[in-house]
This record gives sequence, C-alpha cells and structure tokens, in this order.
Amino acid sequence: MTTENKTLRGSSFLLETATPEDIFTPEDFTDEHEMIAKTTEDFVKEKVVPEIEYIEQHEFDRSVRLMKQAGELGLLGADVPEEYGGIGLDKISSTLITEKFALGGSFSLTHGAHVGIGTLPIVYFGTEEQKKQYLPDLATGEKIAAYALTEPSSGSDALGAKATAKLNDAGTHYILNGEKQWITNAGFADVFVVYAKVDGEQFSAFIVERGHEGVSVGPEEKKMGIKGSSTRTLLLQDAKVPQENVLGEIGKGHVIAFNILNLGRFKLGVGCIGGAKRAIELSAKYANERKQFKTPIAQFTIIQKKLAEMAAKTYAMESTIYRTAGSIEEAFGSLSEDEQKDGKAVGKAIAEYAVECSLNKFFGSEVLDFVVDEAVQIHGGYGFMTEYEVENMYRNSRINRIFEGTNEVNRMLVPATIMRKAMKGELPLLEKANGLQEELMMMMPEEVGDETLEQEKYLLQNAKKIFLMIAGTAAQKYGEDLQKEQEMLANVADLVNEVFNIESMILRTEKAMQKNGEEKEHQKLLMTQIYSQEAFNHIESIARESLVTLEDGDNLRTMLSILKKLTRHTPLDLIQKKRELAEKIIKEEKYVL
Amino acid sequence: MNIYVIMKRTFDTEEKIQIENGNIVEDGAEFIINPYDEYAIEEAIQLRDEHGGEVTLVTVGEDEAEKQIRTGLAMGADKAVLIEDEDVEDGDPYSTERILGAYFAGKDVDIILAGNVAVDGGSGQVGPRLAERLGINHVTSVVDISIEDGKATIEKDVEGDQEFIEIPVPLLITAQQGLNDPRYPSLPGIMKAKKKPLEEMDLDDLDLEEEEAEGKTKIVSRYLPPEKEAGRILEGEVDEQVAELVSVLKNEAKVI
Repeated sequence: MTTENKTLRGSSFLLETATPEDIFTPEDFTDEHEMIAKTTEDFVKEKVVPEIEYIEQHEFDRSVRLMKQAGELGLLGADVPEEYGGIGLDKISSTLITEKFALGGSFSLTHGAHVGIGTLPIVYFGTEEQKKQYLPDLATGEKIAAYALTEPSSGSDALGAKATAKLNDAGTHYILNGEKQWITNAGFADVFVVYAKVDGEQFSAFIVERGHEGVSVGPEEKKMGIKGSSTRTLLLQDAKVPQENVLGEIGKGHVIAFNILNLGRFKLGVGCIGGAKRAIELSAKYANERKQFKTPIAQFTIIQKKLAEMAAKTYAMESTIYRTAGSIEEAFGSLSEDEQKDGKAVGKAIAEYAVECSLNKFFGSEVLDFVVDEAVQIHGGYGFMTEYEVENMYRNSRINRIFEGTNEVNRMLVPATIMRKAMKGELPLLEKANGLQEELMMMMPEEVGDETLEQEKYLLQNAKKIFLMIAGTAAQKYGEDLQKEQEMLANVADLVNEVFNIESMILRTEKAMQKNGEEKEHQKLLMTQIYSQEAFNHIESIARESLVTLEDGDNLRTMLSILKKLTRHTPLDLIQKKRELAEKIIKEEKYVL
Repeated sequence: MNIYVIMKRTFDTEEKIQIENGNIVEDGAEFIINPYDEYAIEEAIQLRDEHGGEVTLVTVGEDEAEKQIRTGLAMGADKAVLIEDEDVEDGDPYSTERILGAYFAGKDVDIILAGNVAVDGGSGQVGPRLAERLGINHVTSVVDISIEDGKATIEKDVEGDQEFIEIPVPLLITAQQGLNDPRYPSLPGIMKAKKKPLEEMDLDDLDLEEEEAEGKTKIVSRYLPPEKEAGRILEGEVDEQVAELVSVLKNEAKVI
C-alpha cells in the first residue's frame, strides 16, 4: 500500500469526508496480490473441492493432509513473520487468501480457525520463546491450531468463563480445569489457545498442547452445516500446562480475547465475500441452463432482479471489507518493529477499527445469508436437493450470523464503541451533533445536479446527518441508560453500517472510474446507485421508527419534518437499473465488475 | 544446461468467449499461461533441478503478458524475456516464430520447451517452425523426457499410442498433457519473482523489420461453434431403430 494516504481513524467515516485515495479498494491490488489469489483459488478448486464430500463425512485425515499441502504453498504463513518461518505478507494478501478459501466450503473453517484465531494470538501476544517454539510448525501446517474461549454457559459473555487455572506448588505448571465448547479443529488440532481464570479470578490465556497431561476432547458435534469442520468439546481435567505457556499477562486475557475476536470478525466477513461470489456464479449458470415455458429462467426479469440484488449487496460488502483490510494494514504498517512485537501496541492498532470489524461481521454474514437464500430460490426445487452446491452453501451460511459474537452482540458493540471513542475525545461526535442542530433548523432542501454519483453523494451526506440526529437525540434522552435501549442501539448500528457501505462504494467506484473511465466501470456504477438508493430507503425508515420512540408532541413533528427535508430526493428507477445490471451477470455467468 | 521455455498468455479456459464485430471481446476476461506451456515450464524447472543451469522464459506478446511471465518466474524459472510485437501486422504463428528465430539466433541452447498447442489459436506451429529455423531436432507431443549424456529419451504421444525416441540435444520439444503436474506458484515464489530479471525487447533490439515478421495468413471471419443441441435416443425394436438411424443420417445429418 502507498503510505502517503492520510490515515483515517477508526469510525471517522461517520464525521469526515474521505476521498478515493484515502481508502484501499480492490482496484489497488498489485500483481502479487492477484497471483496470490490465483494460487489460492487454484489450490482450493483443484485440491480441496474434490475432497469436500469425504471431509463432510468426517474423514479428517484428508483435512490434515490438505493443511500440510496448503502450508507448503505458503498459504498458512501470510500473517506469520519470516523470522518465525512464515512469509510475513501484508494484510491484503492474507485477506485475499481467506476470501478464496471460502470456495472450499466447510474446509475453509479449518483453514480460517488455524490461521486466524488459532495462530494470531501467538503471533501478536506470544513471547519470543513461544513464537520460536510454535509458529514455524503452525506456518507450515506441521501442527494445527485451535482457539478455546466458549464454554457451555459463557458465549458472548466471555469473561464469565468458569475454567480455572492454579499454579502448582512447585511453581512449574498451571493446573487447568474446565470445559471448552464448540472448538473448531478440536478433532485434530495440536495446539489450543485456551482461556481460564487463574485462581478463579484473573482471566488469562494459555497455550495448551494436545499432548499435555489431562487434555482430551469430546465426540464430534452434529451440526446443521459446516459439517466438514471438526467441532468438539475440549476437556481440561487437571491439565498440566507449563507456566511458560501463559500467553500475554496473567489477568490480561481479555486484551487478547477481544482483539483476536476483532480480527476474527473481520476475517469472517472476508469469507462471506468468497461465498457470495460463488453463489452468484452458480445461480447465473443455473438460470441460463434451466428452461421453463421454453425460456431460460435467466430471461425472466424477476430472476434478473434477484441476481442484481445479490451482486449489488456483494459489491457493498466487498467495498467495505477491503476498505477495512486497508485500514488494518495501514495501522499495522505504521507500527515500528518493536511495537509489532508488543501486544499492547498491536492491541491498540486492532482496537482502532473495532467498529469496522463488527460492521464487516454482521453485514457480511447477512449479505451472504441473503445471497445463498436467493441462490436456493433461483434453483427452485433443485436447490433443496443435496446434489446441488447451493443446498450446502445455504446450510453453511447460517452459522456466520451466530459465531464470533452474534450479530445482535456486534450491533450493540457498534454504538457503544463509538460513544466510548467520543467520550475519550478520539471522535468529535458530540461537537458535530451540537453544530448540526442549528444547521438542521435552518436547512433548505438542496438541488441535486445530474453529474455521475452526485445524487449518491448527496444521499450520503444526508445519511451522515440523519445518523448524527438519531444518535445525538438518543444519547441526550437516555444518557448512560442508552446501553439498555437495545433496539435503539441496533438502529444506530444499522445507520452506521449503511453510511459505511454507501461511502465505501461511492469512493471505490469513483476510484475505478478515474482509472478506467466511466464506460468501463458501468457495473460498479449501477451497483453503487442501486445499493445507495435502497440503503437510503432503509435509513429513512430506521430514522422514522427511532424518532417516534425518542420524541413526542411538537418536538416529534419538528424532527419528522427535518427528516422529511433530509430525505427529499427523486428516487431512481430501481426496476430498470436492476435489469440493466443483471444483463452482464447473466452473459458472463458470474459476479462481474 | 541452458533451458528455454517459449510461452504465451492466453484466455482463461473457463472464460466464455464472446465475439463482437468479428473480434473476440477481451474486456474483463481473465488471462492465464497457456496450459500446455505450463507443462513446459514445470518440465524445464525439473530438468534444471536435476542437471543445473538456468531456465529462461521467452514470450512474444504485449505488455500485459508480464503477469503471466511473473507467474512462470514464481513457479521457479530464473529469468524472462518479453518481446513486444504490437507493431507487427496480422500477427500469426509465422510472425511469432520469425521473432523468436531472431531472438534465438546465435544463442547457446541445450533445450527449448514449448506447449503442444496454444488453447487460443491452436495452430501448434510455432515450436516445430522454430526448431526448423534453428536447425535443431524437435519432438512434439511429449509425455515423458529424461536427458543423460547429451541424449534425450522421450516418450511421445501419437494419437493415444506411444512412440519412444532417443535423440541428441540441442533439441526442441512440445509438451503434451500428462508430461507432469505443474506446481502452483508458492507464496514465497511469488514474492521472489518480483525481483527476478525480466528483459523487455522490441523488434529493433533484434534487428528485425516489422515487415519481415508480418503474418502470412489473413483472418477472413470468426464465429462461435453452433450451440450443442440435446441428444436424441431412438426408440422401438432394434430393427426400427436401425431404420430410423439410417433415415436420420441420410435426411437430417446428410452424411450418407
């Protein structure tokens, strides 16, 4: 990435105006990025996909072998520094690898858990000795990693963990007791990052090996989807873990847990991009093949509408998630070599974009769910049959809205984190909100010109004002108690999300058009127009619902009339635009830009 | 050994070909190394690893081919040459071979590997023509090769049969499917490829006039093959089926 970009702070997109050069987009991929993506895609399509059927039957020796092959190609070492046997690539490269692994269906969970939540805690928070001991084998796939946080009674409430750790009398080992649930890769993992409370109080992380005395796993869980990933309980019965295997500081396990979760959420979103693109490809192919009433169903406009919506949402998620990848890369890139080895500095860099990571997670998983649902629908009865790939994708997709923090929890986190940033003075939210009030009272609707993207930019600018109006009013009305108003928090999170989507799409499309001209980037323009219009409609309805709860009487009437002014515009002809967008998707039978 | 691979950038085989105004639409299409050339690159790397020396990739084409060349370097080739041919009119297999001929003139070559055919043009002519110009032996459609004491032992695919050949180097071979299983460019390989030497040349550097490389063929028209229609299963007793088949072959297919 170029370094001359001005670094935009986390969440600052809500208040500031960014330019296309400020953000990373897939248009900025280098040749190396594209080659890495191609190697990954070829490997997954040619080596992984033929084995999926068996892996879904729990023939996990195949998973282990594939992981070793992936390791030989370097596909496990992108985030591991060279000095510990990895390749130490930028975050864009590892993001592309994750996206392409999604084509491997449930096997992508094995890969993702290993390179993400399994390996990263050691990369970012391990001591020099721990890194030397574990990372070389993890980077090559000699050993496989897993992450054990969840317990039967604590999911999102991670700090409520019951697992305990107690230093033995000799001071050589921690004795761990407890039960960790739904551990991905547990069937064959060699190394587990495990959280337990020292003396029942201090939440801490440990590197636990499968071979340590007192470590065992339960039977395979029976799941709705992702059947090719191993999911078991990790049992710790007086498990003897060397005291030097404490990861990070005693009592500071939450720093690791929450930061790794942030990256996990981001990576989950990335995987959704790969899945959604595949579902569009399958759907477009099927729609061209399948004939009813002597006509390929792709010729029916109601099918075209579906394909267009699938593509526009995928473009939105791709734009926001790669923007986040760029931000994270920049945050890491700006750390000195020493800082990169310092858990605190790394934690701070990741936490800066916690809001974006949560948005990527809930939006990505909801787009994928929408896309696979429509993919099954386009396949009709055949989509319900196991022989068709979309049936598997539909079942696999569902978990994404649940793990790495449910989408509800992630929605709660968005406004909470933004408010905290505002209180700390990192985000001038309150200043802007106060200034807005006057402006809104005086505001006259603007005339929007017909330059390309002018209307979308106008909608974006007003969407940001609507966000400030709702978030500001809610904060004023409830104060500290806002955290109990979960529906309102979710509304604010959705406003933030749509602002992030619309802005990222506009900036990306602008960048593409500056580079290649408007004519060649027609698909991107259409997707931006379609998505922005629909997102704005969504914003309007959220805002109205929120205002009715927040205000009453004259105040409500005033606010509603302001909202009316802010939302006044001539809507696009979405039916026509979607037909136009679908044309090329049907012709090329894929998500095409 | 001085090992050379002549390779070409082609359309991805998964790409849907569209023709507009007699030209193939390239916008938004994915490009790859011609799959047969990939076998050639893989074999070249294996020969180098066994016998030592260097693998040089040579491409005649446009700037855009750099990406495919880098991919070949990422697989393990040592260096590469890109010869630009954009000024050549009506480029065809003759043109490519003429340019390659000029490049190889005076070069000390042990073996040149090429793909059996390119999946786009499909002529399969460049390799054999080049060998002819250089005055060296060539064997096409190779599925196995080993070299010892300046002699190559080759298994050649002959429409499904095998032919075994012993032949001295220098030599040009064209690679057929089955020769090997080309490796994926590894991530460390990709990062190294960035730093490997890639020399760019044009016809001037080869003392070749554009007219000398002008194509010998003209494209009259381009069209897609007719869409495949659903098959038909004949019904009834065997006798009836035979009668119907004869009638179909005579009247519909008009082949007898």
